[in-house]
Amino acid sequence: MTVDIASASVFPRLERLLPLVQKPIQYVGGEVNAVRVDWDAAEVRWVLMYPDAYEVGAPNQGVQILYEVLNEQDGVLCERTYAVWPDLEALMREHDVPQFTVDSHRPVGAFDVLGVSFSTELGYTNLLTALDLGRIPLLAADRGDDHPLVIAGGHAAFNPEPIADFLDAAVLGDGEEAVLRITDILRGWKAEGCPGGRAESLRRLAAAGVAYVPAFYDVEYLPDGRIRRVVPLRDDIPWRVAKHTLMDLDEWPYPKAPLVPLAETVHERMSVEIFRGCTRGCRFCQAGMITRPVRERSRSGVESMVARGLQATGYEEVGLLSLSSADHSQIAELTTSLADCYEGSQTSLSLPSTRVDAFNVDLANELSRNGRRSGLTFAPEGGSERMRKVINKQVTEEDLIRTVATAYAAGWRQVKLYFMCGLPTETDEDVLQIARLAREVIRVGREASGRRDIRCTVSIGGFVPKPHTPFQWAGQLDHETTDRRLAALRDAIRADREYGKAIGLRYHDGKPGTIEGLLSRGDRRVGRVILEAWRRGARFDGWSEHFDFGRWGQAANDALADEPVDLDWYTTRERHHAEVLPWDHLDSGLDREWLWEDWQDALDEGGVEDCRWTPCFDCGVCDQLGTHIQVAAPGSGA
Amino acid sequence: MSRQPPREHVPPVQRFRIRYAKRGRLRFASHRDFQRALERALRRAGVPMAYSAGFTPHPKISYANAAPTGTASEAEYLEIGVAAECDAEDLRERIDAALPQGFDVLEVVRASTPDFAARLQASRWRIELPDVPAHEAQEALDALLATSSAPVERLVKDGRRTIDVRPAILAAGVASERPGQPPCAILTVVVQTVTPSVRPDDILAALRSVAGLIPPVPAQVTREMQGPVGVADSATQVPEGFLLGDPLAADREADQT
Ligand code: SF4
Repeated sequence: MTVDIASASVFPRLERLLPLVQKPIQYVGGEVNAVRVDWDAAEVRWVLMYPDAYEVGAPNQGVQILYEVLNEQDGVLCERTYAVWPDLEALMREHDVPQFTVDSHRPVGAFDVLGVSFSTELGYTNLLTALDLGRIPLLAADRGDDHPLVIAGGHAAFNPEPIADFLDAAVLGDGEEAVLRITDILRGWKAEGCPGGRAESLRRLAAAGVAYVPAFYDVEYLPDGRIRRVVPLRDDIPWRVAKHTLMDLDEWPYPKAPLVPLAETVHERMSVEIFRGCTRGCRFCQAGMITRPVRERSRSGVESMVARGLQATGYEEVGLLSLSSADHSQIAELTTSLADCYEGSQTSLSLPSTRVDAFNVDLANELSRNGRRSGLTFAPEGGSERMRKVINKQVTEEDLIRTVATAYAAGWRQVKLYFMCGLPTETDEDVLQIARLAREVIRVGREASGRRDIRCTVSIGGFVPKPHTPFQWAGQLDHETTDRRLAALRDAIRADREYGKAIGLRYHDGKPGTIEGLLSRGDRRVGRVILEAWRRGARFDGWSEHFDFGRWGQAANDALADEPVDLDWYTTRERHHAEVLPWDHLDSGLDREWLWEDWQDALDEGGVEDCRWTPCFDCGVCDQLGTHIQVAAPGSGA
Repeated sequence: MSRQPPREHVPPVQRFRIRYAKRGRLRFASHRDFQRALERALRRAGVPMAYSAGFTPHPKISYANAAPTGTASEAEYLEIGVAAECDAEDLRERIDAALPQGFDVLEVVRASTPDFAARLQASRWRIELPDVPAHEAQEALDALLATSSAPVERLVKDGRRTIDVRPAILAAGVASERPGQPPCAILTVVVQTVTPSVRPDDILAALRSVAGLIPPVPAQVTREMQGPVGVADSATQVPEGFLLGDPLAADREADQT
C-alpha cells in the first residue's frame, strides 16, 4: 500500500512557499487547544472544511464543535482544512502541493471523509478548488474507493441540489449526533473489509436515513424546465430525508476548549451557544425556520461553559451566541450573574441581539456596566409598517422610536439599524420610508439625550429568497431595481440638511444577491453553472474583491444554453403552489402547506406570533420530529 | 442610570525581563500574532498582570525590537509588569507552558536596571540559503562589504523608502562548505540596531543589487543573539572577532547580589 506516502505531511514542501504568500501564519495550524490524534491508530479519519479563508473559518462554531466531538471518540481522528487564497493556490499548483489540513498538514485526499460546512452558498466554488487541489475528482461519479466521501452540512445543505454532482452525501440539521452515526457506520463497514466499496458505504448511510445521497435519486423534468418529480432509485432508500435535531444542549457542552488561532480572525472572542432555534417566525429567515424548535441551554450550563472556556482560552471577551439571544427565557438572570461574576476583571461579555425593545437595551446596559457604550444594533428589517407585516417582523414604528430613545438616553451614542431591500411586494416607497424612520430616530434621539453628536447607521442587506421558508415561492427582485431603490434612498438621506449628516448608510450592490439566489434555489442543473464559473476563475464569491458578476452571468448562459431555463428563471420567477421545488424531498420538519399558507398570509399582510409564548401555529416541526420546545425551567439555573 | 466605569489603574510592583524564542512554523507569526498569543497565555497561566489606566486598560508589556514575520529567533526580549510578587523561574515555566509550542520562554529575570532597550545594540542573524554554494555567497558578501553604501528600497506604511544597508553591517561571514551535503550557504551577519531598522530581507536585497545573488528558494533566517556591542564580559565570538554581550547579564547579576 502507498498509504504512508499519500498521507505524509506536506509541510516541508509547503514551508518553502509560505514566505511568498500573504499572512502565512493562517496555514501553519498550531492553535491553542488543537488536538493531535495518532494517524495510524485511527480507524475512521475525518477532515472538516470550512470553505472560506482561515480568518473566517477558524472561529466557526459548527466546525469547532464537530472537531472536538469527533476527536473525543476512541479510534477517530479529525483535522481541519480551509480555503487557500489565490496566491497560495497558484504556488501549490506550480509546486504540486495538495490541499492540506492545518493540523498535521496531511493531504485531504488521504482521509475517509471530507465534511464541508456551508453557512452560505457563496462557498461552493471554494469547495471545487479544495477538491481539485486535493486531487479528488470534482464529480462524485468519478470518485473511486480510495477517495474520501465528500459530505456537506450546514444551512446551505438544506438545498444541496446545486452541488449534488460534487457531493457524495449531505447531512441536514445538527451535526453532533449525525457525525457519530456516520462514523459508526463507516467503522463497521471498514471492519468488514469495505464490502461493496464506496457505493455500499453510501447505501448504508442513505438507508439508515443518516444522510442524503443525491446519486440515489433521479430528477425528472417537465418540458418547460420545471421538475416533474424526484424519485429514489432503490427500494431501500427513503423518499424523503429528514433533518437531525439535537434535543438536550446541556448534554453537549461543546466546544469545551475552543480553538485559539494564532492568526487574526473575524471573531477575536470565545462564543457560548445559549440556545438553538428561533420561533419568531420572520418569514425571510431561513436560519429561524430550519433550526426549529427552540432548545435552550440551562443557565448553569452556560455559566460553566463560560468559566471553563475562558480558562481554556485566555480570551477577554465572551459572546452569548444564538439567533436572537435576548429571547433566552432566563437571559436577564444570566446576564446579571455573568456581569456580577466578571465585574472588575478584564473580561467583557457580548450578546448578539437586535431585538427592538427596551428590554434589549436593558441587557446591553447591564453588559456594558464597566465598559464603553459605543453602539447598539436593532433590526426592524422592513422600512414601512406594511413591509414589516409582510415579513412578520412585529415591530411598530412607535416601538422602534421608543427603543432608540431609551438607548440614546442611557448613554449610547451610536445606533445601527438593519433593513432589507427587495422583500416580496416591496415598492420604491417602502424603501424610502427607511430615510424617514432614520430621521425620526435622530430627531427623537437628540431630544432624549440632549446631545447633537449622536449617530445612526442604516445598514441594508439585499433579500434573497431561501428554501424552507414561506418566501421560497417568491420572485427575487432583479438587481437593477435593487440598485435603483438603494440609490434613491441614499439621495433622500443626503438631501436632508437637518439630519442627513447624522445618518450613515451602508449597502452593497444587488448583483451578488442574484447569484446567491441562483445558488440558493437552484436545482441540479445549476451544478454545471458552478463548475463553469469555477473553471473561469470564480473563487471566494462572498468577497466583493473576488466576486465577478460578469463571469457568473456568462457561465450561466453557456452552461444552461441547452435548457429551457436561465438565470432569471431561477431568481426573479415566482413559483406556484403545485411546482415541485428542488428541495421538496428534503424534510426540514416544516409542513409544506403551513409554509404556503404563511406565504399567502404574508401577501395579505398578516402576522404570526412567536410560538414559544403564544399558542402553537402548527408549523409542523414539533409533531414531525417528536420534539418539543424546550424552555429552561425557572429553577434549573441554580 | 449609566454607571461610570470602575477602571482603576493596577500599578506594577515588579518587572520582569523575558527572553523568548520564535521557532519552527511559528516563525510565520507576525509580531501582532505573538502579542495576542502572549496576552492570552498570561491569562491562562494566571499571571497577576499590572494594567494601564484608561477606558481600555492594557496589560503592562513592553516589547523590544521584534524580529520580522517569517524569521525565527532565539533572542527576542520583552518586559512585563506584575501586580503581585512573583518568582522568576516559576513565571518562566508557567508562561512557557501556556504559550503554543514554538513560542518558547527561555529565561525570565527580575528587572532592576534601567535602559534595557538601549542594550539591544545589534543582532546576529543566521541566514541559510538552500541550493546556494558557499563560495557564491562568499563572493557576493565580499562585494557587498567592499562597498561603502548599499541602498535598498523597502515598502513601508507610507510608501517606499530607501535605506542604506551597508553602514549597519558590523560584521559578516560565510560558513565553509560541508562536504557531501547538498549546497546550502550559511551567512552570519551582525547588524546594528538602527532606525529605520535594517532587516535580513534588506541584506538579501543588497546582496542581490550589489552582487546579483538571487537565491532559488526563500532563505531561512534566524536571529541568534541580540545585545550590547563590544562588551567583553560573557561575550560570544562572531565573524571577524566581533563581540556581542548578553543584555540580561546586568539584571541577573543585580538580582544575585
Ligand atoms: S428573530 Fe427573526 S430574523 Fe432573527 S433569527 Fe429569529 S426568525 Fe430569524
